[in-house]
Amino acid sequence: MHETTKEAPLGGLWSGGVAPLGTSSKKLGMWLFIVSDTLTFSAILLAYSYLRLANPDWPRPFAFYPAIIKSTGMTLVLLASSLTMVFAVAAAHRNDRKTAAKWLWATALGGAIFVVLHMTEWIEMFHEGYTPWSSPEGVPLFGATFFGITGLHMLHVTLGVLYLAFIAVGFGRGKFTADDVEVSGLYWHFVDLVWMFVFPMIYLMSIHLR
Amino acid sequence: MSAHGNGSAGHQVGSPKLFLTVWIVLALVTAIEVYFGYVQLQPALMLTLLVVLSVFKAGLIVAYYMHLRYERFSVTLLLIPSTIFCIMMMVLFFFHDSQRILLLGTQNGLK
Repeated sequence: MHETTKEAPLGGLWSGGVAPLGTSSKKLGMWLFIVSDTLTFSAILLAYSYLRLANPDWPRPFAFYPAIIKSTGMTLVLLASSLTMVFAVAAAHRNDRKTAAKWLWATALGGAIFVVLHMTEWIEMFHEGYTPWSSPEGVPLFGATFFGITGLHMLHVTLGVLYLAFIAVGFGRGKFTADDVEVSGLYWHFVDLVWMFVFPMIYLMSIHLR
Repeated sequence: MSAHGNGSAGHQVGSPKLFLTVWIVLALVTAIEVYFGYVQLQPALMLTLLVVLSVFKAGLIVAYYMHLRYERFSVTLLLIPSTIFCIMMMVLFFFHDSQRILLLGTQNGLK
């Protein structure tokens, strides 16, 4: 549009400006945040993996029923909220603001259900004597890694629910663009993706032996 | 050349049928993981299998739900190799050093 001698036209592959690499700068910014957050979770999950395998007496507090069935249900809730998010982004790109806002609310609701289920599980574990600094088996590292990793993930989900609610209200009122919805979707799918590692590595590795 | 480029405006992002198919695959892989938990494999083997399956699931989410397949390939080149490189560096240095600490501890214990 406004071509100056110093700036290359917008939209080119290497021209930077508002669309570096042909992607909107907001979207690329979210992607770069996701990369840095991936490395945070990778570091704590790697540290956990080492501790888990180096310790033959690692606690196994989760019975297949009800604990694992419940956390599988939580996984499916989060996975379902990713699907509703995809539909929200598709509706936003069709410029169907009402439908997009509805799907965004459905996504936020899924996230909220996940947090509530997770909190009830935490409370049950506190009652069984697991805290971030102790466990009945005398392996405090179990509590430290379990509450540390699931807590950091739950913080991401909670912030994500607030982020989605903010976008749902704004987009419904005609404020944001479809690109903003897509950027919030990137964040939400990432939260889902992290759980796809946390659930098997933490829960399925600590199932009570029959 | 339009000011909007090829970025967000009007790119095809797959059909509801495709998204549902991806969702069913993700749910099925989760079921396989839970089955591994049910039969209880040896911990190191189990952790390896679970991480491999999770990386597969992560790939599906990134490619289809996060639309990376529909972005320019240069975006994938920017994001994915650097992430894999950093994680590989973590694996190389982290496990090497932690192993060393473990061995030193054993030696002190033997004295």
